[in-house]
Formats: sequence, structure tokens, C-alpha cells
Amino acid sequence: MDWTALGLSLRLGLVTVVLLLPLSFLLARWLAFGRFRGRGLVEALVALPLILPPTVVGFYLLVAFGRSSPVGAAFESLFGEPLVFSFEGLVLASLLVNLPFAVQPMQNALAAIPPNVRDAARCCGLSPLQAVRHVELPLALPGIATGAVLTFAHTLGEFGVVLMVGGSIPGETRTISIAIYDRVQAFDEPAAGAMALLLLVIAVVALGITNTLARRAGRRD
Amino acid sequence: MVLLVTATLLAAQVALAQHGVPASTAAPLVAAASDLQFALDEIVRRFQGDTGIAPRITYGSSGNFARQIEQGAPFELFLSADESYVLRLAERRLTRGPGSLYAIGRLVLFVPHGSPLQPDPQLKHLAARLASGDAGRLAIANPEHAPYGRAAEQALRSLGLWEAARPKLLYGENVAQAAQFASSGNADGGIVAYSLALAPALRERGTFALLPEELHAPLRQRMVLLERASPAAARLYDYLRSPASREILRQHGFVLPEN
Repeated sequence: MDWTALGLSLRLGLVTVVLLLPLSFLLARWLAFGRFRGRGLVEALVALPLILPPTVVGFYLLVAFGRSSPVGAAFESLFGEPLVFSFEGLVLASLLVNLPFAVQPMQNALAAIPPNVRDAARCCGLSPLQAVRHVELPLALPGIATGAVLTFAHTLGEFGVVLMVGGSIPGETRTISIAIYDRVQAFDEPAAGAMALLLLVIAVVALGITNTLARRAGRRD
Repeated sequence: MVLLVTATLLAAQVALAQHGVPASTAAPLVAAASDLQFALDEIVRRFQGDTGIAPRITYGSSGNFARQIEQGAPFELFLSADESYVLRLAERRLTRGPGSLYAIGRLVLFVPHGSPLQPDPQLKHLAARLASGDAGRLAIANPEHAPYGRAAEQALRSLGLWEAARPKLLYGENVAQAAQFASSGNADGGIVAYSLALAPALRERGTFALLPEELHAPLRQRMVLLERASPAAARLYDYLRSPASREILRQHGFVLPEN
């Protein structure tokens, strides 16, 4: 068992969830309640990482954030380190590929709030911010939790993108799924097996949680 | 909402905090060709015992590492299986000088227990099986970016077997993966590094035949300190050139260059 890799994956998962949830909530709210042209296009863009091969995402990240790109060059001149092959680069990649996993459950949960409930909130004199806090957030909580669990679990399992932009650096970009790949190549099947089993258990638990949340949300309606 | 903002800031801090410490001085980052997997692990264990420095090693294909180093990967020491990658990086001024030759690699035909293939140095049995259409899969490293893959291709070409073998080839991302394919029984065999075939993990899974050096261009393995190398990385570089390290490389099947 590569504990450094496990620790790194857990940290990557947590950072991704904490950064992505607020952003995704705003995006999900906009998509759920907004009436604007091009909504279908935005939804398609959000869903893109679900069907795009991870190597394609990784390739474009290398192109967009590599040393020779404007973003990559700006980051390097600011922090003295290139963005690719760093933990920060993995966080950025992770935020992008997890977008649908965070946004879609929240968007569904928000869209399921009956319009009259939101009207009632407004009639009662709640400001939009208060309505979010006292009505939308509590009602969308199962969706938010589902988004968090899926994002976390998916981050632990992400392989292709990390392989492309990470470079398997111990303690920096060698996540647990990359460590499994490395251990197999090192003929260390016991370690690979232990880590694979751990990811399997995490995936099962994550799905168990999301299913329970979905059932609970369904019962309340 | 306040909660969300606080949480965001917290996460940003976690992300930054781990970046604050320059880890490079304590644990030099090493990119090593995957044929070194077992030899380098042994050398580094001794190095750690002698110096207390714990290098962080990533194994992979030399071509991939060269590309990653050009793209800014933070490695400090690069042990390539092919000197051309090191010399190209040196030309682009990404290294400290041209580095040094540390080993010359050899190829073997590795055959797992239970495989119908017989290992022999001139690949005669493989040729016969290819001619009769019985041959199963043969694993090699990807010739496009793995030096051992290129050498395997050259060896097959020298023996006039390349065209016949091509439809049967299974490509590993690097030579260790090719060896893993060959040893797991998922292929009839593989043309892989001698240094891997000698490792206990492989030796107990099959037999092998050492291929004559003349069949391929020599695998001149060169290492080099990269631009950002710390003093700890430089110490490892020197350690790798010591008689003790050279002896370990020799035991793992590498030919030692005259230094």
C-alpha cells in the first residue's frame, strides 16, 4: 500500500470537492432557474467530461496549460513552477473533469423544487440570498451531498487525465490510481491488489451513499 | 454562503500549504528508465542508509520522461535508457552538462512457464512458429518512445522477423510493462531488458535467452543532472558512479562502460 499516494489522492479529492461545490452550486442554480438562450450549449459543455476520453482532456490541458501556453507561462512566472506536473495542475484538471459530477445532481435537485415554494419565499419577503440559504440550500442538500460524494470518489479513480498531466511524481502527482498502475509494472501485485480493493470499497460505499440520498430525496416529495 | 466562502478559502490554503515547503532539498526527484526498476531500488536503499536522503523515484519510458522534462516536469536527475534523449535535453540547455554513461543494456527473449515458445539467442524457435502461423503474442516496449522497444524492433529486423512478428506484437508503455505482459502468461513471451529478466519476480515466472549484442544498436544508458538539481540529487549522481553502485548494476545484468 502506497500511503503517500493514498494521502495525496484523499487531499486531491477534498480540495476538489471544497473548491468545486460552491462554483457548481452557482452554475447549477443558473442552469436550473435561468431562462436564457444557449442553455443547452452550456449544459452540453458541462456534461462533456462524461463522454470525452480522459486522454483528450489531458491532451488539451497540456496544450492549454503547458509551459508554452499563455496560462502556463503566466503561472510559471508567478510561482516559479510550471503548472503541469504539479499538485496545482492536478487540482485544476480535477475541477474540470468533475464538473458534471458536481453540477448535474445539484441542478436536478434545484429543478425539483416546486416553483410555488420559491414564489412563497419571495412573497414572505426573503431576499434572494436569504431564499438561497433558507429554502434552496436545505431542499437541494441531497443533490449537493450526492455531487460531493461523486466528485470525491471520481477524483480518487481518475487515471487518464492524471497520467497525461501528472507524471507520477511521488507526493506531488502520484495518485493512488497511478500508484496501482506503477505497482503492477513493478511486479508488486500484492500492493496493487490492496490498493485496487480499497478503491473498489470506496466506490461501493460512495454509490451506497448516493443511492440512499436519492431514495431519501424521493421519499420527501 | 458564508460557510461556502470560508470553505473555499480553507481549501485554497490546504492547496498552498503543501506547496510552501521546497521538498527538493530533502527528497530529490528522480526519473528513471523502467529497466532500472530493481537495480536502482537496491542502490537507492543503500544510498538512503549511507546518507539519510530518501530520493523519490518515478519509473517509466525514457522518451516520455524527456518530453515531460521539456514541458517543465520538476525532475532533478534523469537516468535514461538511451543517451540520445539526454543529449537532446543537454542541447536545449535543460541539463547540467552532458551527464555520464552509466550502463549498457542487454536484451533477452523472456518466456513464461507454460508457454509453447522456447527461448534461444537467435530466436530460431520464434521464427519457426511465426513461419508456421502458430505464434502467439510477443510483448515488446513501444518503439516510439521506449529505447528497449526500439532495440527489440532492431533485433527482430536483424533476424528478418519484423514483418512476420508485427501482427503478433503487444506493446508495453515501457519495458517493465512489456515484461509484465510477457510474464503474466498473457503472451507467449517478450523481448525485454536483461536487468528485468534477472529480477526474482521474473525469474520465478519463466526462462530467458540473452540476445547477442550485434542484433541491435547498443543501449547506451546515460544519466544527467537537470537544471533544478539540488545538492542531494548531485550526491545521488555521484553515488551512482561509485564502484559499489556499478557492482550492483553489473549484478543486475548491465554491461559497465569504461569510465
